[in-house]
Amino acid sequence: MTPPPETATQPAKAAPPAHGEADALRRMLRDMLLIRRFEEKAGEAYALGKIGGFCHLYIGQEAVAVGTMAALRPDDYILTSYREHGQALARGISARAVMAELFGKATGSSAGKGGSMHIFDTSLNFLGGHAIVGGHIPLVTGVAFAIKYREGDQVAVGFFGEAAVNNGAFHEALNMAALWRLPAVYVCENNRYGMGTALERASAIYDVAQRACSYDMPAEVVDGMDVLAVRDAVARAAERGRLRSTPTLLEVRTYRFMGHSMSDPIHGHYRTKEEVEDAKAKDPIHAFAARLRADGLLDDDRWQTMEAEVADEVDDAVRFADESPEPAPETLLADVYREPAEGAR
Amino acid sequence: MAVLTYRDALNQALREEMARDRNVFLMGEEVGVYQGAYKVSRGLLEEFGPMRVVDTPITELGFAGVGVGAAMAGLRPVIEFMTWNFALLALDQIVNSAAKMLYMSGGQVPMPIVFRGPGGAALMLAAQHSQSFEAWYAHVPGLKVVTPATPADAKGLLKSAIRDDNPVVFIEGEMLYNTKGEVPEGEHLIPLGVADIKRPGRDVTIVAHAKMVAVALKAAEELAADGIEAEVVDPRTIRPLDLPAILASVRKTNRCVIVEEGWPFAGIGAAVVDGIQREAFDDLDAPVLRVTGADVPMPYNRQLEKLAKPDPAKVVAAVKRVLYVG
Amino acid sequence: MATKIVMEALSPTMEEGRLVSWKKHEGDAVKTGETLAEVETDKAVMELVAREDGVLRKVLLAEGATVPVGALVAIVGGADEDLAGLLGGPAATAPPQGSGVRGQGARPAIPAAARPAEAAPAPARPESATPQPLTPDPQPLRVRSSPLARRLAAERGLDLRLVPGTGPAGRVIKRDVEAAGTAPARAAAPALPTRAPTALVPQAPAGGFRDVPLTTMRKTIARRLGESLGPVPHFFLTSEIEMERAWEARAHLAGRDEAYRVSFNDLIVKAVALALRQHPAVNASFLEDRIRYYGDVHVGVAVAVEDGLITPVIRHADRKGLLEIAAEAKGLAERARARKLVPDEYTGATFSVSNLGMYDIDDFTAVINPPEAGILAVGRIAQRPVIVDGAVVPRRTMRVTMSCDHRVVDGATGAKFLQTVKLMLENPLAMLL
Repeated sequence: MTPPPETATQPAKAAPPAHGEADALRRMLRDMLLIRRFEEKAGEAYALGKIGGFCHLYIGQEAVAVGTMAALRPDDYILTSYREHGQALARGISARAVMAELFGKATGSSAGKGGSMHIFDTSLNFLGGHAIVGGHIPLVTGVAFAIKYREGDQVAVGFFGEAAVNNGAFHEALNMAALWRLPAVYVCENNRYGMGTALERASAIYDVAQRACSYDMPAEVVDGMDVLAVRDAVARAAERGRLRSTPTLLEVRTYRFMGHSMSDPIHGHYRTKEEVEDAKAKDPIHAFAARLRADGLLDDDRWQTMEAEVADEVDDAVRFADESPEPAPETLLADVYREPAEGAR
Repeated sequence: MAVLTYRDALNQALREEMARDRNVFLMGEEVGVYQGAYKVSRGLLEEFGPMRVVDTPITELGFAGVGVGAAMAGLRPVIEFMTWNFALLALDQIVNSAAKMLYMSGGQVPMPIVFRGPGGAALMLAAQHSQSFEAWYAHVPGLKVVTPATPADAKGLLKSAIRDDNPVVFIEGEMLYNTKGEVPEGEHLIPLGVADIKRPGRDVTIVAHAKMVAVALKAAEELAADGIEAEVVDPRTIRPLDLPAILASVRKTNRCVIVEEGWPFAGIGAAVVDGIQREAFDDLDAPVLRVTGADVPMPYNRQLEKLAKPDPAKVVAAVKRVLYVG
Repeated sequence: MATKIVMEALSPTMEEGRLVSWKKHEGDAVKTGETLAEVETDKAVMELVAREDGVLRKVLLAEGATVPVGALVAIVGGADEDLAGLLGGPAATAPPQGSGVRGQGARPAIPAAARPAEAAPAPARPESATPQPLTPDPQPLRVRSSPLARRLAAERGLDLRLVPGTGPAGRVIKRDVEAAGTAPARAAAPALPTRAPTALVPQAPAGGFRDVPLTTMRKTIARRLGESLGPVPHFFLTSEIEMERAWEARAHLAGRDEAYRVSFNDLIVKAVALALRQHPAVNASFLEDRIRYYGDVHVGVAVAVEDGLITPVIRHADRKGLLEIAAEAKGLAERARARKLVPDEYTGATFSVSNLGMYDIDDFTAVINPPEAGILAVGRIAQRPVIVDGAVVPRRTMRVTMSCDHRVVDGATGAKFLQTVKLMLENPLAMLL
């Protein structure tokens, strides 16, 4: 890995957790663990042919989704890119519904029609995984526009990778959000590689956060391996949106432990095994567990119980997905159009 | 009944729907302060304010996506493209985001959005500003495609499009904005997917939409002088297509000529022919012919441009061929 | 050994035949070569002859009825042979290959072993009244037709093969089916009286209209000429020819001896034939992918017959003397009016002449008879005012109009040909050169 330039921004440190929220913190640890075990199982299922198409795993980045969701309200809106199993689980979509969607089953969160890249749950204002890089960033701006239009105090949160910031959709969307002062939080998960191309091979500037200068938009660089740092930064951004109708760009520095997708190598021409191993040494789950232990909020019993519960939950999700029915053939033609439309016809 | 221009009929539809439903808003380049590049949105900013008549930067991809996002959150956006030529930049949002949202969310996220603006060739605007895209959008499941030919249709169809819960590609005619016609006042709704017989006739069916309706009607007039009564069928909506209406006419006349301004390959006419040969094969007395724009980028030169566009003479010639006369 | 008798292809272009009269009746003994019936083809009345000895066991077609080539019309067999197999079996609708003309191979109902007499071809088969058809496949052609025409024809019980098509490439379209009216109920048709000449002359009722079914010949004329004007790009060249010298020459000859009487038409045929020899580019046919130029000159002469027209051919007209041409033309015309022409006599022209001078027609245009590349339409010879040396004088002149197939003959080519014709007729002596 190319060392960061000397001018690179250093991520802010998280404030120490308040003891009163011990359950919430353990809950965050459990969510991260759930994502980790879920993704490992998904990888296995993919290898067994139970999951098809592209399958982009979130292993290594768990702190970003979990930290973000921990700072949001149930009525806020979430839009993500196609690497969204973690966000879906962290937002509260059941492991069963997500796994069933990956299996393409009728019980999946998108009834088997979306798959790994298109997970939706409108009951949780989870408005989808979107699979054209950068294409959904204007949608985040649009949702934020709707919030402002209705004079609401929610925020629209959008996740995307650092490779998306070089494309026009990102620029157009952030410009309008800043121009119109919309309550949006743009969470750039900077995992350093757009597929196999390192950030510095694709972007003229190293700090993604600096892009916000173009739009006079508040921005922060966040340590994406520290779930509390993420939570704090998102909370600040959300408050900025809710109270002052101001968008924020968060550059959350994280790392993908797996290949771009299940069909891509973990390391190879574009990054070294050593680099991946170094990153794994900063595993966000281990780090957060260690911190909770140090603060006396976690012991072996709780950890083992947590591990067992999560394993059961994931096993149950796989079993559920496996046993769920395929979508009925007649659903092929359903939901192309919403009919009958109100008024017309 | 009031006589309005096509432009004012659209304006009336927008005004009425915005007054009727607070979730309806208009967004696009120059729609507000400038009063619309083609003045379709004249007076709306003053009436509804800047939150509902939103001027955008020149960012077709961006504001089309903003519209999609707003629709996901429950609003009913009307996104104006200054022309459909520029909407190519937004194609990803129209096709990948809007058209597929309901389906890929397993039916959870409806997409009540209208993309509208002028399409087709005007005069001497050359290759990048003279294109008919209805075939492109009609190809995409999930989209509806509407191409009004008259002021009354423009109003009735736009109102229905705005109330539709699906993404509607609403292609107006730049050359039609100044055309005048009687327009019913108030609650004038034309359902999407219902064709209109613009001129009845018994000898041949001419299917034409948008600007080509006028070309077909002119041709029908010339043919009438020769004793040939052409029936001009305007599908009005390309998708869903009112194939039954076209078939009923063809079953009566046994002959059909399809006129479209766009390019021939895989055009609208190709889809119409497909339906006719499948459903009305035994009623055909001649092959179905198509009159289309030339298979070239639009040239600037006036004479060349004229050659590239369908005109009444070309329609008359095609009709005579299917009638085996002349 | 029972044999099916089918409607035979008795002319190269025949697609159907009308049974005029039976010459044998059920129960009559028939010998090979004997006439069973008279059949009207598109060109003439021909004889349907027995191909085997036996008894005419079954007549399946009423007199006056029309059936396509290949249709079963009668059965000849042993006096008490069981015909059930032939009448009921799948062979009852045997294809035209079962026709006696086309050999023995297609009598599928009877195992080969059961008919040893047919194991070898009959060595001395008598020639039929007509030569074997020249075209390889006289059976019903695939009919080009619009889907609607097919549906309408089915609804009206019309055989599309009998409907002349006026669409591109002879496509049968709606208007053709409507013009064809409804079909005669063929199989069940009552026997018509023997064809009387008057029956063919339409007698218009006082009001309204009267439909007269097309005769086979009329259908053929309609179809053939329709095929011509549609796909053949015609153009026309007209010339006025002074006939004073020809007039004198003819009168002179006839005055010497009645045996030397020739018609103007004979002169014209001769002139045309010689001109064709000089202008081989006109003596040609367009064959889609090539142009065929003929080495021989055969001139067709249109002859009006009672219910139509036919064009007998004077072969090698360029090599024949005037008297020879005159005699031949006379004979052919008589045979044509008696409907006794055989196909050889009315096919194979390389150019045609049509003369309506005797009907006081000044000039007209004629429709080319494909695959020929031209036809000369000849008007009457009349005294007309002509300016000679600044003075108007009466002169006998004749106007001719040549129709050319532009795919073969260009304007100048046709014009030069016509110049030669004009030169020869204005100076008959030139024909000797």
